[in-house]
Amino acid sequence: MQRLKEVDVVVLGLGMVGSMVAKELAAAGYKVVGLERGEARFTVPEFQSPAIHDELRFAVRKALMQDNTREPVTFRNHASEVALPIRRWESFLPGTGLGGSMVHWNGQTYRFQANDFQLATRTRERYGKRFLDPDLTIQDWGVTYEDLEPHFDRFEYLLGTSGKASNIKGQRQPGGDPHESPRSRDYPTPPQKELHQGALFRKAASSLGYNPFPQPSSNLSQPYTNPEGMKLNACVFCGFCERFACEHFAKSTPQTVILPVLLANPNFELRTGCQVQRINLDSARKHATGVTYIDAVGREFEQPASLVITSMFALNNVRMLLLSGIGTPYDPVSGRGVVGRNYTYQTVSSAAAYFDQDVIVNPFMASGASGTVINDFAGDNFDHGGLGFIGGAYIGAVNSGGRPILYHPVPPNTPAWGKRWKQAVIKHYNHTIIIGVHGSSIAHRGNHLDLDPTYRDAWGQPLLRMTFDFPQNDLKMSAYLTAKAAEIGKAMGAKEVAGSPREGPYTTQQYQSTHNTGGTVMGDNPRTSVVNRYSQSWDVSNVFVIGASNYPQNASWNPTGTLGALTYWTIDALKNKYLKNPGPLVSA
Amino acid sequence: MARITRRSFVATVGSAGMVPAAALLAAGAPAVAPPPTSHAPGNSADSPGNAGSAQTVYLFFSAAEAVFIEAACERLIPADESGPGALGAGVPNYLDKQLGGAWGAGERLYRSGPWQPGTPSQGYQLPFTPAELFHTSLRAILRNLDAQHSPFAGMSAENQDAYLESLESGAHDLDGVPSAVFFDVLLKMTVEGFFSDPVYGGNRDMIAWRMIGFPGAYADYFETVDRHGVKFEREPMSLAQDGKGHVHMRPDIPAAP
Repeated sequence: MQRLKEVDVVVLGLGMVGSMVAKELAAAGYKVVGLERGEARFTVPEFQSPAIHDELRFAVRKALMQDNTREPVTFRNHASEVALPIRRWESFLPGTGLGGSMVHWNGQTYRFQANDFQLATRTRERYGKRFLDPDLTIQDWGVTYEDLEPHFDRFEYLLGTSGKASNIKGQRQPGGDPHESPRSRDYPTPPQKELHQGALFRKAASSLGYNPFPQPSSNLSQPYTNPEGMKLNACVFCGFCERFACEHFAKSTPQTVILPVLLANPNFELRTGCQVQRINLDSARKHATGVTYIDAVGREFEQPASLVITSMFALNNVRMLLLSGIGTPYDPVSGRGVVGRNYTYQTVSSAAAYFDQDVIVNPFMASGASGTVINDFAGDNFDHGGLGFIGGAYIGAVNSGGRPILYHPVPPNTPAWGKRWKQAVIKHYNHTIIIGVHGSSIAHRGNHLDLDPTYRDAWGQPLLRMTFDFPQNDLKMSAYLTAKAAEIGKAMGAKEVAGSPREGPYTTQQYQSTHNTGGTVMGDNPRTSVVNRYSQSWDVSNVFVIGASNYPQNASWNPTGTLGALTYWTIDALKNKYLKNPGPLVSA
Repeated sequence: MARITRRSFVATVGSAGMVPAAALLAAGAPAVAPPPTSHAPGNSADSPGNAGSAQTVYLFFSAAEAVFIEAACERLIPADESGPGALGAGVPNYLDKQLGGAWGAGERLYRSGPWQPGTPSQGYQLPFTPAELFHTSLRAILRNLDAQHSPFAGMSAENQDAYLESLESGAHDLDGVPSAVFFDVLLKMTVEGFFSDPVYGGNRDMIAWRMIGFPGAYADYFETVDRHGVKFEREPMSLAQDGKGHVHMRPDIPAAP
């Protein structure tokens, strides 16, 4: 093994979070090395059309995703079962390569609400101490919406997000989400054009007394130059967004909003093809000395560093801490330990609305985030008293493409093949609207992540083991809100509406969401959190973990907007607190 | 919003910088799909060299396997008054090239043991690659049908469907492969071959895209997305279409003919 020259900072994973941290710290004068396990790739030439518009290669065969032949995850619904490898990705799709998972994201850029960051406290206050099943281990974040607001703002302006504010410093504005927490200013660009699906949804939702608004989108409505000087184009609604990279410089990704700025800084060095094996600790196991990684040709290196930033996909952040022995692994039997605790997901369902032949929707015309949605049943925006669950969902017509291998909706009771199937596919392809129900995920003491005792990756290290099933709380939520979605579908004038609430057990075999959250949760108590309110490890103060793995539970919205805010919040603490005086930022 | 007729819609699309369909046609692009083949469903696989499979040189399937696959695919997506089915679309050719290439060899499949049956939530847990899964299953299917002296391609359409339903319901043990597992992969890959880009060897002349109105790799709808309710009419476009509208097989697929 070769020992390299020490640097100030080593960043593990060059997705959006790692790119943001590396850019800020390199600009502040620190020597930063970025280790990325995948390949370097850019809008030109890698993402260009027509090759990028290949449904089979990218959507079905998942070309941009983590190489599961070398590094899968094992899974079981309950601790009584033997976890087995997820041999092909289906339910969730972690990305790999420079730019990370945001290269293939849809650009749906929400803020969690003020209530979400204090969920345990607010739930107790509103519904009483006994409302919740004691096995639901929800908790406050240790950071508030007010703390994060300036950082939400900065992140949205980095991305150029297209949307409409409704609440600017308490001043009401027409056209946005009336439930939103106060913002310091409007979105940097106006909403994207509304799809036909969205227009029908908007009229029906309004007629039922709800408050539809355009989904905030980081596929931009118009050209935009961000504060880093990066220029983006307007999205052309190509319909190849999630699972694909954008060829138009219209989707906000590390490649389009920040990576070129980072790569131009001589204080930064990018190394791709580097698989980090562990974070190395000193003999007292209180201080990280750097990392050990294996490069693309199989050579092992030790990279010493004063500060280690773990900024990988949520699941990989958890695994890196477990492989490195940082923090106490969670034990679901005793309830003790923290690493891997409070793994949560997203409780997603839908209602399919089938229309007559005169309603033409052209499903292939879409951006990844050109939906029209309501927040009237999201979070705690409605009274849960008597409902027997907490949490909620945004509901909306969020059509992101009509690629036909995976999108050919047919009504229930249609055969799966044969002439009747074929005729139903032809009949309904251009006349169906899927109403999505994007639901929260509540932490449960049984749901967790740890290291698999049997299966290993290509480097000989234990795989991550996931133990997860939907809590009853979330299944009740899904049933209640999927019925609401079906009602809206009927009000839209559909001939037939088929609601499909989420049902257990959770399966890895159907795509649901890549919003895997929790496992390195943040908080104000080291007995129930892995990192403090500044994303700093309670156990090893020169390790910062930044990812949706820090979420104590998952809210009703896509997690990326909140993760961007959390990243800028942590960068602020690094630059203005930690690096001026290294050590624990919060005393345990 | 002003009402837009189909004619003005197409004209606007043309002015938005796209290649008009008429120009593509004039330049020799494939015209609309050929009419449904004259042979009756169920008899289409009597000879692999018939009209439906004229372009297929089988590299993976044996001759006997190809006869079964052609007939089975054509029942999964049959030719009818709406147009050709899986056979006319070249789906067996797609399957042959996929299974003979990286996908067949286990591309993107984690293949380390130990092996044990899982729960439905855990998904596929057999050691077989797709290529091994097909050869193993087809060997058992052909042996069973031979023993019954009832070759699949010679059955009536109804009997073919009944046999496929028996596979689908998992009634057979195909030398270790539950028949439901084989059927599921066969159906998934048949749908892939029907709807994927023609560069992969199925969806011949983009007939499946024409049936549903999917424009393919062509993808710029900025000017049309907010003209609600107006059908988008345009020749579909393949990934590998050159300036003259010719579709080329991808050179980076080793098994491509």
